[in-house]
Amino acid sequence: MRFKIHRYNPDVDKKPYMQDFVLEHVKPGMMLREALIELKNQDETLTFRHSCGEGVCGSDGMNINGLNGLACITPVETLTEPVEIRPFPGVPIIRDLVVDMSGFYKQYHSVKPFLIRYDPEPEVENLQSPEDRDKLDGLYECILCGCCSTACPSFWWNPDKFPGPAALLQSWRFLADSRDQAMDERLDKLDGPYKLFRCHTIMNCAYVCPKGLNPTKAIGHIKALMLKHSV
Amino acid sequence: MNIPIRRFDTLILGAGGGGLRAALQLAKADAHVAVVSKVFPTRSHTVAAQGGVNAALANVTPDNWHWHMYDTVKGGDYLGDQDAIEYMCRAAAHLVYELEHAGVPFSRLDSGRIYQRPFGGQSRDFGGAQATRTCAAADRTGHAILHTLYQQNIRARTNFFDEYFAVDFIHDDEGTVLGALTMDIATGELLVIEAKTILIATGGCGQLYRTTTNAHINTGDGMAMALRAGIPLQDMEFFQFHPTGVAGKGMLITEGARGEGGYLVNKDGERFMERYAPNVKDLASRDVVSRAISIEVREGRGCGPDGDHVMLKLNHLGSDIVAKRLPGIRDTCKTFMHLDPVDTPIPVFPTAHYAMGGIPTDRFGRVVRPSGNSPEEEIPGLYAAGECACVSVHGANRLGGNSLLDILVFGRAAANDILGFLKKNRYHRPPNQEYIDKAYERFARWEKTGDGESVQSVRADLKTAMEDHCGVFRTEKIMQEGVEAIKAIRARIPDVRLQDQSKVFNTARVEALELENLADIAMATMRSAEARQESRGAHSRIDYPDRDDAHWMKHSLYSLEDDTLDYKPVRTKPMSVETFPPKKRVY
Repeated sequence: MRFKIHRYNPDVDKKPYMQDFVLEHVKPGMMLREALIELKNQDETLTFRHSCGEGVCGSDGMNINGLNGLACITPVETLTEPVEIRPFPGVPIIRDLVVDMSGFYKQYHSVKPFLIRYDPEPEVENLQSPEDRDKLDGLYECILCGCCSTACPSFWWNPDKFPGPAALLQSWRFLADSRDQAMDERLDKLDGPYKLFRCHTIMNCAYVCPKGLNPTKAIGHIKALMLKHSV
Repeated sequence: MNIPIRRFDTLILGAGGGGLRAALQLAKADAHVAVVSKVFPTRSHTVAAQGGVNAALANVTPDNWHWHMYDTVKGGDYLGDQDAIEYMCRAAAHLVYELEHAGVPFSRLDSGRIYQRPFGGQSRDFGGAQATRTCAAADRTGHAILHTLYQQNIRARTNFFDEYFAVDFIHDDEGTVLGALTMDIATGELLVIEAKTILIATGGCGQLYRTTTNAHINTGDGMAMALRAGIPLQDMEFFQFHPTGVAGKGMLITEGARGEGGYLVNKDGERFMERYAPNVKDLASRDVVSRAISIEVREGRGCGPDGDHVMLKLNHLGSDIVAKRLPGIRDTCKTFMHLDPVDTPIPVFPTAHYAMGGIPTDRFGRVVRPSGNSPEEEIPGLYAAGECACVSVHGANRLGGNSLLDILVFGRAAANDILGFLKKNRYHRPPNQEYIDKAYERFARWEKTGDGESVQSVRADLKTAMEDHCGVFRTEKIMQEGVEAIKAIRARIPDVRLQDQSKVFNTARVEALELENLADIAMATMRSAEARQESRGAHSRIDYPDRDDAHWMKHSLYSLEDDTLDYKPVRTKPMSVETFPPKKRVY
């Protein structure tokens, strides 16, 4: 199987280039992460992040034949050759397929991604009906891999101002939580031309999310809530 | 070598659940904390825990902490320290409520209370009917807990050193640990972090084995650092094989699948656990179920063309339960095996999963070692919690749902003790240059260039050797060969060379340092296993099939310096209740 992989090491390379690799033995059911590990055995300078190997830790997001995805749950047999692998678009590159995610994390932090309650805590759990809990499904499962935000043109354009789909999905995760008591401050922070309304429903986020989540839909819910809240 | 230095009250190595729970406690008390992690915190392996966390909330069936304590002592085959087990089980409910208050999206019962499911080894009334004790967020409980703890740490403004690798401890001649030498992976720059107190929370070492549920990062870094600092590792022969890893691949299929009503069958379609554990069947302890599967396969009743696995049946549960309670493993099955457990059984086989052993601590999270006339003398200012530690609450076999509990309880306990220590010890003990240089040697060794073997080839051989010589069933001969094999592999490491000498995000260098860590832990595991001449919990010997309380109800302590084993007694006296004396273990 043939691969073309983005290489750039600022220590030695003047500019990035694409390097050809060939993997002789493709095992049945092989995932791209395993293929990359084999290629790294050929050339240990090939650099990428990875860890759990089952789509839970969110380390190995990359651009695979033009689409963002997780290497560990992408079967190589589904990919057209030569498989072109690049780092996430629109974010600074550290080396090869490793990008600087600090801007992404900063935007995640900016939406206060934690439960805020003002009431004194009971001695036992806060009660929540199964129906209210169901509202968090499709939201809390986010693994912060960054596939969505780095596929979002609005995020490419204003990565320092626009929270991006991953952060907004988490914003809705807390707005939708019956236990949270900070709706006003959450909505206030999302108002303005570069925040919530910088999403133009391009929907790349939902298209690429490896966990099947839908940030665009969540953003739609926040927009509706904000409208209701402001009238 | 002039390396920049930063100083903190507390240095926490590892940002999984144990490290983050401790960091939160400390940050809330205004201690100045640094959390060093070789991956971004939410990539830590706690994220992969599925089934849940045990606490006797009694939301579904009657329950209390004392029953939980009994089950844990029995599950651990009477090797667990009963004071620590009592402490953990008593604290459990409070800690789960705290998590809920912090935002964990637990699944819910119709009553609005936290959803609980039955898990293996759980009983009511000291060995009676099945209990329902495992608090779950679908089958993504570890993810839910880890993300919530990280989120609360953002709120508490904890100092994170993300993607920093801890190279080695900086310690003085007496073994007092004064800080750690770390490397910023992105730039290759070194940084010394000095701290008055250090918490090791680096997790497990499942990368010792070829087929494992554990992530690539689980290389036991903190355990190996402790070994090299002269601290022994305790009970390393007890390594848990999870009964239901995906056959041949290793992905975890939660015990919750059996908790929700799934069961195992052999090639004849027989529900074989009825023969091995007539009362609780598929919900026996993990060591019991793993042995049963291995025997079925060995005796020719395995499934598939090679007869090398058994099947986990969920297809009688209906799509609602699977979709609602087990969505994550359903995804895993679809992605990796192209099957939907709603209608097709899952091929499974025991897979390396969890180290019961680790850095010896007491129930306050303080690292202890034998010294002079005490088998358990504290090392001032040094703490360990979670899988890298051995308190010991899991004894010879951990119960499912007790690992998430362990990290919460002892992460917090360590933080509380650290706060007390900081009050009494106000000043840093700065290390002299000689100690820093010693830690630097380990780093500098990998700057040697030239031809040599690759890290990868040695790591692969190590993992195969462990799998072949230290698996579910063990014998004297196999383990003696294993010791020789590991020795030979360790002897190759000085001739390994890195071809990648770049400073920028050099993962090859990280893997080289990890290989050294794994090799040291492999030695500890193999040696401890070879020496223990009995079967107890996860350590199962064909040549010594019975538990031998007269000679072996004691903890092993392996020291790297002189490659020797020492032993210390089990703490059988609980804090306030009666001792559970050893009994024959039947499920």
